[in-house]
Amino acid sequence: MSQNIEEAKKIIAEVLSVYPEKTRKKREKHLNVFEEGKSDCGVKSNIKTVPGVMTIRGCAYAGSKGVVWGPIKDMIHISHGPVGCGQYSWAARRNYYIGTTGVDSFVTMQFTSDFQEKDIVFGGDKKLEKIMDEIQELFPLNKGITVQSECPIGLIGDDIEAVSKKKSKEYGGKTIVPVRCEGFRGVSQSLGHHIANDTIRDWVFDKAAGKEIETTPYDVAIIGDYNIGGDAWSSRILLEEMGLRVVAQWSGDGTLEELVNTPKVKLNVLHCYRSMNYISRHMEEKYGIPWVEYNFFGPTKIAESLRKIAGFFDDTIKENTEKVIAKYEALTKATIEKFRPRLEGKTVMLFVGGLRPRHVIGAYEDLGMNVVGTGYEFGHNDDYQRTTHYVKDGTIIYDDVTGYEFEKFVEALKPDLVASGIKEKYVFQKMGYPFRQMHSWDYSGPYHGYDGFAIFARDMDMAINNPVWQMAKAPF
Amino acid sequence: MSQNPKHVLDHFNLFREPEYVEMFENKKKNFENPPPQDKVAEIVEWTKTQEYRELNFKREALTVNPAKACQPLGAVFAALGFEETMPFVHGSQGCVAYYRSHLSRHFKEPASCVSSSMTEDAAVFGGLNNMVDGLANTYAMYKPKMIAVSTTCMAEVIGDDLNAFIKNAKEKGSVPQEYDVPFAHTPAFVGSHITGFDNALKGIMEHFWAGRERQENDTLNIVMGFDGYSVGNIREMKRILFEMGVSAFILSDTSDVFDTPTDGTFRMYMGGTRLEDMKKALDSKATVSFQEYNTPKSLEYAASLGQKTRAFHYPIGIRGTDRWLMALSELSGKPIPDSLRLERGRLVDAVADSTSHIHGKKFALYGDPDPMLGLAEFLMELGAEPVHVLATNGGKDWGEKMNALFASSPYGTGCHAWPGRDLWHMRSLLFTEPVDFLIGNTYGKYLERDTGTPLIRIGFPIFDRHHHHRYPTVGYQGAMNVLVKLLDKIFDEMDKNTNVPSKTDYSYDIIR
Repeated sequence: MSQNIEEAKKIIAEVLSVYPEKTRKKREKHLNVFEEGKSDCGVKSNIKTVPGVMTIRGCAYAGSKGVVWGPIKDMIHISHGPVGCGQYSWAARRNYYIGTTGVDSFVTMQFTSDFQEKDIVFGGDKKLEKIMDEIQELFPLNKGITVQSECPIGLIGDDIEAVSKKKSKEYGGKTIVPVRCEGFRGVSQSLGHHIANDTIRDWVFDKAAGKEIETTPYDVAIIGDYNIGGDAWSSRILLEEMGLRVVAQWSGDGTLEELVNTPKVKLNVLHCYRSMNYISRHMEEKYGIPWVEYNFFGPTKIAESLRKIAGFFDDTIKENTEKVIAKYEALTKATIEKFRPRLEGKTVMLFVGGLRPRHVIGAYEDLGMNVVGTGYEFGHNDDYQRTTHYVKDGTIIYDDVTGYEFEKFVEALKPDLVASGIKEKYVFQKMGYPFRQMHSWDYSGPYHGYDGFAIFARDMDMAINNPVWQMAKAPF
Repeated sequence: MSQNPKHVLDHFNLFREPEYVEMFENKKKNFENPPPQDKVAEIVEWTKTQEYRELNFKREALTVNPAKACQPLGAVFAALGFEETMPFVHGSQGCVAYYRSHLSRHFKEPASCVSSSMTEDAAVFGGLNNMVDGLANTYAMYKPKMIAVSTTCMAEVIGDDLNAFIKNAKEKGSVPQEYDVPFAHTPAFVGSHITGFDNALKGIMEHFWAGRERQENDTLNIVMGFDGYSVGNIREMKRILFEMGVSAFILSDTSDVFDTPTDGTFRMYMGGTRLEDMKKALDSKATVSFQEYNTPKSLEYAASLGQKTRAFHYPIGIRGTDRWLMALSELSGKPIPDSLRLERGRLVDAVADSTSHIHGKKFALYGDPDPMLGLAEFLMELGAEPVHVLATNGGKDWGEKMNALFASSPYGTGCHAWPGRDLWHMRSLLFTEPVDFLIGNTYGKYLERDTGTPLIRIGFPIFDRHHHHRYPTVGYQGAMNVLVKLLDKIFDEMDKNTNVPSKTDYSYDIIR
């Protein structure tokens, strides 16, 4: 065992010593040091969070409304229950879209049933019916409605499925989707993704009829890109340049029509495996559509992914792909030449959700940086297995890290950059560590694709080499 | 390809490049099945009409873009204002992630808070085990001096009993018997964040005060309430109290908690009302609330123990500050010092210098009930007209108070209070009865975009402008800040409307 690994294990043991015995036993299964050659990261995951530890996780509602459904722009997503959930998630995820908000697009609006005590006592189904009527009247161009359940819905026994069916019939077969994503279900956002995926299967694929579109041999759908800061756009442009026809974006800047037409594509290209593998598998089973995971962070992984995707198509596409890679070579080279010397050898600690705890590692490495710790907010075992292809020997792995653990790990490893979320940002900046939010791209982006990589590189340089960190300690 | 590492194109400009614009057009045309362009234009125009407004105001069930949050947010905010206190929210964990994010996005500061992480099994069997384990973990890991418990709607729907649970947890040794664990039930389906603040504060008062003998002294308790400007405002209030020589406790003081330095150390806890002081505060002669709608139960409780109580409606501006200071003076027996008289004079001087630019301007404003009363009064002092005043979490009685305030000034003629309405209602109001300026939180930018009404950001949350929470809105100095904020926008608009060369720029004056 290398010295590195032993030291890292010591750090973990020290951190664990703070916990009461019962919690220590639970938490020690989530922390480990990756050893080269092992087939997984050696941590347990997708397990209930221990109470009182300051988890970074969210809930099933966040996974459904906040991630999967919310970005579908021409449907109205009702936050069904008390006012808070919809308020705190209102426009906070930067799912970019193009549309006339309030008329044909609704992403950055907060539709809520604003439950009051009487709705809890007498049930909210009547209110939900009325809400749908009011939506139809005031927002006549909406293409559909989803009901995003908050905690009380499942507890008071409301029948949102019955309401949805009834109203759909009344409105001539309108797409109305009841989603049982109450926040107490499951252990994190993750179950919300799954539930939301299943509702697309049950209430969109099986029910909605789209406008007939012509198909081509080059039809693909982008699955699991939420267009944060425009990510799906800087990805789509590459696929189109390859000669592929992108029929749908799931779900950033997406529309109901795109969802409906996806089962006609030849290949699903999947970015966020965690949140949308379910629907990809379903389409594979039911419609025989293959799916392929790709990674559009950093030029190495982008080129690898473009070729992997091209492998599903004919030589024309393959040749085009080489042209695309060649076309962006100058940009990539210039970006690396400019920023790599400023970032070479710098270390990073990550803690994010979805695909990013592994997917962004290549982009950092393209800039000469090393990831020394990473972990998933709501990953499963298959995520940690996939992570082994990315991480190096001695990397600390922390699943569902607690505020305490993360602080201690950073103190011990002293990385040059911490990359995590809004709740962590200010903690580490106070400690004097450069920080980038890797959920919202810290209000920057896109980070996907070649265009995004230039922004990513600039942002990491801006954070790490910022003059402010030299001034954190007073000279007196 | 337009991207260039020498001058990196951000999302602002990258997506305006021709290759992206063309891509967007094709996506829309070929795959989105959008409604016809003319239909969209027709509906856009229709939403601006009186007819739409009437339909919009007929809504009974749907809420769109409300200007309020839920109880637990206010409870967490109140708890964070106490010395080394960890807010502990009993219920689903996603809620806590939301409160922390929401507060951090506004203050640009960490917001520490834990959850008992209840899941499906707790929904069936109750969350007692979550409370027992949760308190033990929080106590061991974060070593707070106090853990203040509140609830999410989940715990409330299944009826968890905090009092019994905390007792039980103490018996099981989660925290020592004598350890401070105040609690409050804060169902999200009752009231709003201001109700949660009240319940949490009352819970902490009860925890420290109940069953103890009161020995009245001359100290005052001051409650500033839920306030996005708490950093600037509480510091300013402390300065004013110091100037006056009034001995006072601020009950829930978040001024340092939400303003810690970057110097290499993360301070999970800093400042806050000292727990010792909170105990002593029972003996204070009075509890004074800066925001009446924010504190009814807390004041009622203080009064029930024999304290005098007074409540105001976010009194800012000249007369509001006068009344506030006079009340403090009357209750404490300390005169208002010349230094504050001088500050007042300077504020009146500033108003006199600038009033002609504000006079007669029409404003729409929305926010919590108390700040709406305070701001509207200040606007009328400046000769402006608060034409539409909206509070999603304001009730009928708030509407009546607003109407009484309008009636007290000629500048209130034709002004309307809109209790219980949301920002989609406000959109209709701005189209059908336009005003010159809109005052509100960050979400008001959507109204600014749609209606063209310039937004002056005063409220909570403010996510898209930085650091304004550090500057007070209270006291004469705070009023000066508000005045300057109003004037800056007025002058900016004036310049924006007069800057077309050889067309309008004769009015592009260098002196205003």
